[in-house]
Amino acid sequence: MAGAVIVRGRAHAREERRRRLGPLSALTHVALLVWAVLVIVPIVWTFLASVKSEDEIFGDAWSLPAFPRFDNWARAWEQAHVGQYMVNSVVVVAFSTFGTMLFGSMAAYVLARYRFRGNRAIYLLFVSGLAFPVYLALTPLFFVVQNMGRVPVVGPFIGLNTHGGLVLVYIAYSLPFTVFFLAAFFRTLPGAVAEAAFVDGASHTRVFFQVMLPMARPGIVSVTVFNILGQWNQYQLPLVLLTSAKDKWVLTQGIADISTAAGYDADWSALFAALSMAILPMLIVYTLFQSQIQKGLTAGALK
Amino acid sequence: MRHGRTRFVAGFLAVPVALYVIYVIAPYAQAFHIAFTDWRGVNADPRFVGTENFERLLADDVFWRAVGHNLLLLVLLPLLTIVIALFFAFLLNAGGTGGAGGVRGSRFYRVVFFFPQVLAVAVVAVLFQQVFRPDRSGMLNAPLIAMGLEPVGFLSDTDVALWSILGVLVWQAVGFYVVLFSAGIASIPRELFEAAAIDGASGPPMFFRVTLPLLWDTVQVGWIYLGILALDVFAIVWVMTAEQGGPDHSTTVMAAEIYRNAFEYFKFGYACAMGVVLFFFTIGFAALALRLSRRERIEF
Repeated sequence: MAGAVIVRGRAHAREERRRRLGPLSALTHVALLVWAVLVIVPIVWTFLASVKSEDEIFGDAWSLPAFPRFDNWARAWEQAHVGQYMVNSVVVVAFSTFGTMLFGSMAAYVLARYRFRGNRAIYLLFVSGLAFPVYLALTPLFFVVQNMGRVPVVGPFIGLNTHGGLVLVYIAYSLPFTVFFLAAFFRTLPGAVAEAAFVDGASHTRVFFQVMLPMARPGIVSVTVFNILGQWNQYQLPLVLLTSAKDKWVLTQGIADISTAAGYDADWSALFAALSMAILPMLIVYTLFQSQIQKGLTAGALK
Repeated sequence: MRHGRTRFVAGFLAVPVALYVIYVIAPYAQAFHIAFTDWRGVNADPRFVGTENFERLLADDVFWRAVGHNLLLLVLLPLLTIVIALFFAFLLNAGGTGGAGGVRGSRFYRVVFFFPQVLAVAVVAVLFQQVFRPDRSGMLNAPLIAMGLEPVGFLSDTDVALWSILGVLVWQAVGFYVVLFSAGIASIPRELFEAAAIDGASGPPMFFRVTLPLLWDTVQVGWIYLGILALDVFAIVWVMTAEQGGPDHSTTVMAAEIYRNAFEYFKFGYACAMGVVLFFFTIGFAALALRLSRRERIEF
C-alpha cells in the first residue's frame, strides 16, 4: 500500500520534472545522443575494422566487412606480440599496485594517526609531489634507474629495462596521491576500536593490519582502482625506462609502436585487432565495475 | 610500549620514504642542477655553464612554438571541456536541480560518456590516428569525400593538426567532468533548489543563479586538473601526430621537446632547462588559478 503510493509519487515527480523542462526535453535528448554517438562510433568502428581484410580497411571507411576475419586477432596476439605485452602489463601492474597500496597505506596511516617530530614535514614532502610535472624529473630519473642497476645483488632486477625497476618507479610516483588521499581517510576513522585492541595487547602492526586497514576499506578500494588504471595506462615512464628491451614492453608501448613504426608494409588489420584487444578488457572491466571506477577516479577531485 | 611505538613509526615509514626520496625527490633536485650544465652523455663530465642553456632556450623557435601550443591548450581545453560537461551535467540532473535520475536514460549516458576516461591516452592516440586518416578509409573523411567535398588533413594540415589534438583531448575528458559535476550537483541539499523553485526559479536561470555558484568549488578543481593536463600533454602528440609533434612542429608541446632533446639528441642539460621552464609554468598556473577563482566559499 505505502509502496504503491511512493511509486506513484515518484512517477508523478518525474512527470512534473518533464513538464518543467518542457520543449527543452526533446533537444536535451538530441544533445545527449549526439555525444553518446561521438563516444561509441569510433570504438565500434575500430572493432569492425579489426575483422576486416587489408583491402576493406583501405576502402570506404563506413563499409562493413564481407565476413569477419578473426585471424587478424590471432596475428596481432602472436606476431605483433600483443599477448606478450599484455602479460607484461598485468605482471607490472599487479606488483606495482600491490606495492603502492601496501607502502602508501602504511605511510598514510602513520602520518595520519601518530604524532612525532617531522610528521608534518614528511607529509608535505609527499604531497608536494602532486604539483611537480613528471617531465622535469624524466632525465635524472633515467640515470637514477641506470645507477640502481649497478647495485650489487639486486641490481640486475631493478635497473633499466627491467620490470622490477619500472615497478619501483610506479610505486614511488603513485605515493603522493595515495598518501594524500588515504591520510585524509585514516584521519576520519574513529579511534575507539583501535584502543580496545591495544588494551587487549595487540601490537601497533597488528592493529594496523587487522583493525584499521579493514575499517579503511572504502578508501582503499577507491585508491586501488585509481592506481590500477593510472599504472595500466602509463606510457611515458615505460617509454623511457624500458627502451631497449622490446620483450619487456607494456601494452601501451606495444600499441603505440605498432602504429608509429609501421610504415607502408604495415599489417593494418592486425593493428586494428591489437587496438581492439587493448580496448576490450577495459570495456569489460568498466562495464562490470563502472560505478566503482567512476567513484575511484573522481575521488581525488571531490575531496 | 613507548620504545615499540617509535620503532613501529620508523619501520612503517622507512620503505615508502626511501623509495620516494630516491625516485622522486632526488631526480627533481638533480634536474635543477643539470639544467645549469652542458651534460650531453654518460661519459662526458657535466660542466657548469651558468644560464647558457636558458639563453639558448630564449632563442629556440621550436621550443617557443611548443610553449605557444601548450598555452593555447591551457586556455581552450579547460574552457571547452568544462562548458560541455556543465551543459551535460545540467541536462542529466533534471535541469541541474539535483533530482535523482533526471532525464530518461541518464545513467546510460553517464556510463557511456565516462568510458573514454578509462582508456590509455596512447591507445586513444592510435585510435584517432585511424579515425583521422586523410583518404576515404578515414572515418571522418569518408563521408566528406562521398559528398564530393575536399578531404580534411586532420593530422597532415599544419593549420588543422593542433585542433585535432584539442578535439581528441576534449573527447576523452568530458565524461569525467560530467560525472564529477553530477556528483557535485547531487551533494547540494535539495532544500536550496526547492526554496529557489518556490521563488519562481527554473531551467537556465536556476542553473546559473543557484546550481553553478554552489558548484563553483568543484568547477575550480576541474579547471586546475584540466590546466595541468594541458601543460603535461605528451602521449597524444607523440603517438598520433606525424614526425612526433609535426607536421613542421605544428603540434609539438613542451613535454615532447623535453623528451626529444633528452632521449633522441642526448642534450640532457638543455632538456632539464626546458623542464625547469615547464615547472614554473605549472606552478605559475596553479597559483594563478587558485587566486583568480578564489571567491566567497559557500558553506552548506
